[in-house]
Amino acid sequence: MVTTQFRKAATQLNLPGDINLTTALSVWRRNLTEYSHTWMTNVLPNFFDPVLYLLGMGLGLGMFVGRGVNGLSYIEYIAPGLMAASAMQGASFETTYNVFVKMNFAKLYDAYLATPAQIQDIAFGEQLWANTRGLIYGCAFLLVLIGFTLAGNRIITSWWALLLPVAMLMTANMFALIGLTFTASIRNINYYGFYYTLWLTPLFLFSGIFFPLENPNMAGGHAATIAWFTPLFHAVKLMRGLAQGPLDWSHAVSAAWILAVSAVLSVVVPRRMRKRMIH
Amino acid sequence: MSPAVTASGLRKNYGDFVAVDGIDFEIPKGSCFGFLGPNGAGKTTTMRMIYRASPIGSGSLNILGHEVGGGENDRKIKQHIGVVPQDDNLDQELSVRENLEVFARFYGLSRKQAKARAVELLEFVHLTERADSKVLELSGGMKRRVLIARGLVGNPDLVVLDEPTTGLDPQARINLWDRMRDLKRKNATLILTTHYMDEAEQLCDSLVIMDKGRIVAEGAPRDLIKQHVSSHVVEIDLTGRNPAHRVSDGAPAENAEALKELESLAKRFEQHNDRLLLYVDNGEEVVTRAAQLLPDAETLLRRSTLEDVFLRITGRGLEE
Repeated sequence: MVTTQFRKAATQLNLPGDINLTTALSVWRRNLTEYSHTWMTNVLPNFFDPVLYLLGMGLGLGMFVGRGVNGLSYIEYIAPGLMAASAMQGASFETTYNVFVKMNFAKLYDAYLATPAQIQDIAFGEQLWANTRGLIYGCAFLLVLIGFTLAGNRIITSWWALLLPVAMLMTANMFALIGLTFTASIRNINYYGFYYTLWLTPLFLFSGIFFPLENPNMAGGHAATIAWFTPLFHAVKLMRGLAQGPLDWSHAVSAAWILAVSAVLSVVVPRRMRKRMIH
Repeated sequence: MSPAVTASGLRKNYGDFVAVDGIDFEIPKGSCFGFLGPNGAGKTTTMRMIYRASPIGSGSLNILGHEVGGGENDRKIKQHIGVVPQDDNLDQELSVRENLEVFARFYGLSRKQAKARAVELLEFVHLTERADSKVLELSGGMKRRVLIARGLVGNPDLVVLDEPTTGLDPQARINLWDRMRDLKRKNATLILTTHYMDEAEQLCDSLVIMDKGRIVAEGAPRDLIKQHVSSHVVEIDLTGRNPAHRVSDGAPAENAEALKELESLAKRFEQHNDRLLLYVDNGEEVVTRAAQLLPDAETLLRRSTLEDVFLRITGRGLEE
């Protein structure tokens, strides 16, 4: 056996929180390899989710919402928010079921941890991968929306839309971290029933994707205030602002909200993962 | 030459349960060192502390010149360690080759180097022709060989093998032993845990026997046998005898006579129902006499093994 010469990981780039970027990218690359085998069954179905909502709600229900919302037709109104949901779902699926299986059933992280990889590298690699997946879904959906726009709908009407991929990444990143926090806290895969039904679904329905929350008859006029404290609301607001304008200071606040929550969870996730994996 | 691993007063608790109860050992560089003991003896916990999957409880542990302490040197230490785990945790979603390439990246190999390393190691474990198979398609023995190859991708100075042959058929075991001997020839330090005494005798230069978190004996396999039991064992099985003569059916008088004489011939005498174990140095003599005294019993003369040492020390079998 000839011994291949190679550089040592110790000399590689370290990020804050003692994250080794090279190792994290190895985790990311492993997922890319898996994805390249299974994208037909893994990627494609989830991509259709928001597209079906766009068609079913936007075109179908839209026929009965004759006056539209805020001067837009119903499909024009819901399209940007569905883009946020798309990024959320991509990142969430990855950091819930996929990470849980790798961690608890496949024992893959035990194998990673026996190499120079540390738990924070692994968590960050999975986070990067979830961001990638969120970005892929978001961009695929954006292409659909551009198609609808070219067909005469006023969906993408602002040059700020060029920043939509950044908003998708921010959204995916936040939901990746939320997903990882939950995954590191549960021992039974059935708990995802709660995560999806009582967390992601309500967010999906009540974050201003399908109807405006600024309505005096809704939750005593407090609907928007309540939603302000939940994550998807800000992503929807940001997407809608970038796609259709007009932007104001409240969009900057939403961006800051997302970044602040992500920053806090970036500290929480490696700690929780360590507690879960290292005994 | 400084040792590869030194532990002193090494302890580890899980809640109230003491998994490793203050052990000391020293593993010389380039040797094969065994940890033996029944399930729950603390072998795997010790391994996990060595390959830095698990923080140490108390005491000290030095690996390849680095003090383990609170884990500050873990990356540096792990860069030089290869692990072959007890459970199959290969990546089921990837091919054999991809498994090796992905793990090579964790050790800092470039893409090109990782590819070359995978080819090299597949050859080493004789799996070149299965390179592009899915892990799921492999037999148990082949999976274990992939695990060994994966443990070597970082070109480790220290290889930890946790029960590498448990559950394998004899042919696959012998094949793995050959690979481990190859590794020894390359001057890697090997640490091995096993249930199998023959495996330890074949491969280990020295070993410790653990029980209930403690080290209960240590030394080279042959020395341990010399030290703790006689060179040979005569096994006598009485179950084939006329039921009326069986010990378990009330130990008739004629048996008692014979047993008494046999006991006087042995350095040590053990009786487990209808099975007698006589630890002797003059095996031929005793086995001839036993055949005369108990003509319809089955008698067998064999060399003492580590299993006998273990029985002697802990009063129970290894696989209990």
